[in-house]
Amino acid sequence: MIGASDVVALTKEDEYSQAIPDPWALPEEFSIPLHPLADSNPWAKTAYAKFTKDFILISEFSEQVGPQPLLTIPDNPKVCGTFDLNYFSLRIMSVDYQASFVGHPPGSGYPRLSFVEDSRVVLGDSKEGAFAYVHHLTLYDLEARGFVRPFCMAYVATEEKKIMLQFQELSLRFSQASECLKAGNRRAFAKELQRKLRDLEYTHSVLQREEGLQREAGPQCIYSAHTVEKANELANVEKSIFEHRDLLRQISSYHHRPRRDPHAAACNKCVTECWSECEELLERYAKLASPFCFNEEERRTEEGQHQFDEEGVERLDEGDDTSVKRRLSYTPQLIKAKSTKCFDKRLKTLQELCDSTFYEATVELLKETERSFRGDLCYMHTRRLEKSLCRKQRVTNFLFEEEVGDDDEEKETLRPFCAVNHTRDTFPLSNPPPIVLGTELLEFDQLEPSPPPVRSSTVRHTQDSELGLVESHFESSPSDQTLETQESSEETKGSFSSDKSGTCAAAEAQHDNSSDLTPDPDPERESSSEEVETTAGGEEGDQTPVSFLDVMCELEALQENGSEGQTQPLLLPIDTACCIPQEGFLYESEAQICLTPKSPQPCQISVVNQEPQSLFPLPDDYTMGTPCLQNPAAGLELPVGSLGDGVSHTSAEDGSDCTISTSTGSDSTALSLGYGGVVTLRQRKKAGHGALRFVRQYPFAMQALWCLLSGRTLVVLGADEGRVRRLVSALALFVPGPGKYGEKVQAWLSCSITLTDLQRWKLIGLQRVASPVGSNMLYSLSRYSRYISVLDADQRTLRCPPYRGHLLTNIADHRTFIRRGATYFLHVQSTLCHLAARAFLFTFTHHLHLPVCSTEGPEVVEGRRRCFLQKQLELGEEDSQILLYLSQLITQHYLHTSTGHTDAAPLFSFKYSTSLLYKHRP
Amino acid sequence: HRMRFHQSPVLLIGEEQPKNRFTELQVLKGHFDIVRFLVQIDDFRCASAGDDALVLIWSVETGERLQELRGHTQQITAITTFSSTNGVAAHASLITASSDRSLSLWDPDTGNRVQTISDLQSSVKCLLVLERQCVWISGGEELCVWSKDFQLQSQRQTHSDNGITALIELPKNCIAAAMDKDIMIYRLTVSTDSSVSVAEIRCLSNHQDQIRSLITVNDGLFASGSHAGELVVWDAVEWNMVARERILWEEPQAGTEIRLGAAQPSEVSIQHLSTNGKLIVAAVGGGLYVYNVLTRSVLAYRKQAHDSNVLHTSLLDVMSCSEDGSVRMWEIQEQPLMAEATSAGLFGGMWSFGRSNKSSVHVSKKTPPDSAPVRTLELTGDLIGHSGAVQMFISFNESALVTCSTDHLLILWKDGQRESQRRSLALLHKLEEKGGL
Repeated sequence: MIGASDVVALTKEDEYSQAIPDPWALPEEFSIPLHPLADSNPWAKTAYAKFTKDFILISEFSEQVGPQPLLTIPDNPKVCGTFDLNYFSLRIMSVDYQASFVGHPPGSGYPRLSFVEDSRVVLGDSKEGAFAYVHHLTLYDLEARGFVRPFCMAYVATEEKKIMLQFQELSLRFSQASECLKAGNRRAFAKELQRKLRDLEYTHSVLQREEGLQREAGPQCIYSAHTVEKANELANVEKSIFEHRDLLRQISSYHHRPRRDPHAAACNKCVTECWSECEELLERYAKLASPFCFNEEERRTEEGQHQFDEEGVERLDEGDDTSVKRRLSYTPQLIKAKSTKCFDKRLKTLQELCDSTFYEATVELLKETERSFRGDLCYMHTRRLEKSLCRKQRVTNFLFEEEVGDDDEEKETLRPFCAVNHTRDTFPLSNPPPIVLGTELLEFDQLEPSPPPVRSSTVRHTQDSELGLVESHFESSPSDQTLETQESSEETKGSFSSDKSGTCAAAEAQHDNSSDLTPDPDPERESSSEEVETTAGGEEGDQTPVSFLDVMCELEALQENGSEGQTQPLLLPIDTACCIPQEGFLYESEAQICLTPKSPQPCQISVVNQEPQSLFPLPDDYTMGTPCLQNPAAGLELPVGSLGDGVSHTSAEDGSDCTISTSTGSDSTALSLGYGGVVTLRQRKKAGHGALRFVRQYPFAMQALWCLLSGRTLVVLGADEGRVRRLVSALALFVPGPGKYGEKVQAWLSCSITLTDLQRWKLIGLQRVASPVGSNMLYSLSRYSRYISVLDADQRTLRCPPYRGHLLTNIADHRTFIRRGATYFLHVQSTLCHLAARAFLFTFTHHLHLPVCSTEGPEVVEGRRRCFLQKQLELGEEDSQILLYLSQLITQHYLHTSTGHTDAAPLFSFKYSTSLLYKHRP
Repeated sequence: HRMRFHQSPVLLIGEEQPKNRFTELQVLKGHFDIVRFLVQIDDFRCASAGDDALVLIWSVETGERLQELRGHTQQITAITTFSSTNGVAAHASLITASSDRSLSLWDPDTGNRVQTISDLQSSVKCLLVLERQCVWISGGEELCVWSKDFQLQSQRQTHSDNGITALIELPKNCIAAAMDKDIMIYRLTVSTDSSVSVAEIRCLSNHQDQIRSLITVNDGLFASGSHAGELVVWDAVEWNMVARERILWEEPQAGTEIRLGAAQPSEVSIQHLSTNGKLIVAAVGGGLYVYNVLTRSVLAYRKQAHDSNVLHTSLLDVMSCSEDGSVRMWEIQEQPLMAEATSAGLFGGMWSFGRSNKSSVHVSKKTPPDSAPVRTLELTGDLIGHSGAVQMFISFNESALVTCSTDHLLILWKDGQRESQRRSLALLHKLEEKGGL
């Protein structure tokens, strides 16, 4: 067996869960640690890890072939890359306790099922750059050695800290999965036992008959070898029957045992169902003993039943076994005398071992787990912060944020939930992982009302008392073993190589030169966006904003596109620590790099003594350890303005649209909006890319954004559906309160618009038709021209009222230095959030709407309101309109949600102001 | 008294409309056919009715549909409110008439059909409630007087082909009914057993064409307008003609006088009259014409106020709606000096006066420059929303305007700023109620 050199385990509770009070600390939701790994280089991650994304691995220690991987989640060979799953399985299985006690314990006549609680261990493989949370469990299999099959589920990540800090949550989720598997397994096992018992009984009766015949044949052959053999066989079968009956009893008593594992909370209904099923079987087979009408058997039976009573199992009353019988439609088979555990027999698969519904539920659960742990720690942390902030500004969330479900509060109390069937709809599927970053424990207490005591024994919960037979099971506790192992595992991990991703960086530099609103021709990209489509509906965990595939394809495409702008000094490929999910690349300029290491706090998770990353030398362009900026917040500034125009000015010209325009109704690349699905964050982030392109290509982008933000309906007119749809989905980012399903956006309309349409939609893609229908449409456009702004995608013109404000210069600068859609999305998001906050302030400030004293007339209040907007918020006329519109939406939303739904028609507000025609002059 | 006007230059208002306060609208859906009638029930409710035989009650505050009155099988031809006082509070009901030859009384609070009379001899075209006499009158091919509890009190056959198209109340228990080219004056007599009888008193046959509109101007005057552009003001007590105008639009072609009025009567047809007691505004074809009853002169006019026929007007705010789908708001402004000079020049000699041929009418002879309108109708705003002819509108205390149209829709127009303030207050109130966010 291979030694588990890297086994690490959680240390004492106070060593990692206790935050060191920081006198400078902001309220926790505002204190975003810039560099979670304060004492290490955040960029120097496991670049040599052979896999790119975290994944879940299910392995088995097969009694025939040894450790073998069974399944990865996501079930995609790309996920693991060149990572050797076999080897890793071997590693993780090798640290497992070989806990299962096999055979007859002393003083007991029958083989025992070992009731072993799951064990959890954190393991690192420095050579592979892999760290894993490993959850061991055993399932019962009648044909297996000792009736048990050891399995493990591992969450494999490149980041050790992520594993360590997420340990509780991982443990919780994997426990749920494990419970689910085990629940299914117990059912399957009981069924298997039942089948076996029937076989045995059948065999027994056959043998009895044979023996009886022999007896009748005469006493002369009493002592013949054949008779002896038959008698032995019969005795064996009887013994086997009792053994199996006892197993059945054991499995049914499983539920009565107290659980030590605090996470092992199974669904009550599952348990009850399974239990009653077992009881039923038990009842049936307890009685079936009676056909053995020979004295010897009767004696034995009594003995057996006597034993039952002793052990406190309820003695079942006899009577209606017909109902049980009717259900069993199994034809028993004759069992050969010598049932062997030979190596050529096929072992049951995991799916067979568990009931298939349970198996599928478990896989679902694990998939969900995988999804919710996507992204690096920093990303998860930021996301968590975002959520907690969002929860605090419920009143304005509908404007620009994803709707935070009302069930969020429920999520905070972790309830045992059943993956299979019962409460799936009522319970929220995902518990938001409590992201702990560094030494913080963000809202951990809130999430987990009673955090279980984390001792070293928590890592390995072992049930050492079972059915009161404490003395017989010391061996089954493997904790001693593992503690030893982990003590001896002080192996320094390998050093990290620093040279990586130079090519990627260069590619990223060219990235936006080819920016256009036309879709990337890369087929893979297409397919990946389709994938988004299919998973769009109701997927809660879909939080990874940019898939790795996307990035890679983008990069590949860009590398082909030539090599302009290769000389950008600093492009930092980072897969962590930039608040975007792993595999992200951030385009950074020198000035913004802020590697302010915090005062070296003792790393609280001290299992690994040294962060290997901190050892290797840094590239020359930046230096670690120099506190270059005092203000940590400065690191959050966007990289605007430090690069020359050299890169950006090309984009507008290059944006030759109309290139790819095969557009049908099924243009999947742009179908992200419209009815039929929740607009996910992922879609919105993808839209960020389009929005960035729009802003850079159209000089009047600011006017267009202003129209949307001030509530003036924007009609995107064009002949090419794909182009219009892309524009619409990009601009949809700026529609305040777009609705959960994007109800306020109509991506493609091919009939003339009516007033009702204007009332319903704030952003409309309209087909330009050159026919009588088209003239009709143009008529309706001109008729309602006072209510709408028209963006002509073909002529590249915009007809709308002039905007002279300054609020939007920040997000609609066509010379922006933001290159990445995701970055731009976050930038826009923060600006919009800021706007929403101001609108909130305006809406809920009493004295802006009410007279302060009775002598004040409405005009005084009006004056104060104007003063607030102009002087205090320094907003011009047009900017005030944005705020007033947002405030109006907030007001309506607030009144609406609290009064319940009325069937009143929606309001449509407008202003009578002159429009201008903006043209794009290339 | 004949007037011929020419049209001032083409009317255009830009998108900049600072005086237009209606900056918020709600589209009220519910009808399936042309909506022709709107009546105000109280300060916050109105009823709409039309060709789909439906009567809908709307809340003007929220735009909610409060009730749906179903029962008629054919288009509604007339609707009026009917207030009855039971003890303390006045209770408003609705009376509707339909082409299915039935009359119904509705309770707008519950939506119940309280009373109904069917199998009338003919369909009712107009309704008039006489509060003082506690009766109401239906006009069609026959004139019927009904008591408050829907008992027929009296019935009178009319002798015209078209029947009664309009009814107004006159002083001294009299009513005037427009029938084709004539106005018939009836007197109601309430006998001791509280039965009501109707008697024809006088027939006024001064119009040369079908009477399209009949209104009460004030206690002493009423007015009627005909298809041929005749506007006659009558004395309400003596029933004689006080003033008579014949409106003929003139093309502003220098020197020549082309009377389009005679060639195309629809151009001069008086579709609707409204008044505030001192002024009468007439919808004449696609134009508007404001007549001062006191000075018996035209105050202001605009020939092409709309692109097609004006269907309804009001004088509280001068507003008009038209077949072209728009509602326009006007202001009667002093004639600018320069404009007056030019217009006076153009008007010179375009007025022709004629003594009416039938009864003795007081006609003040004026020189043409004097009688030229001293004011202009200036467009201050327009409301665009309907895609069909706007049939009618009613305004609620200047805070809201409801329009109905052939496009089956109603639109509720409001002062956006005022509404948003109202909502802000509601929000703060709610906030206080909830005790925080």
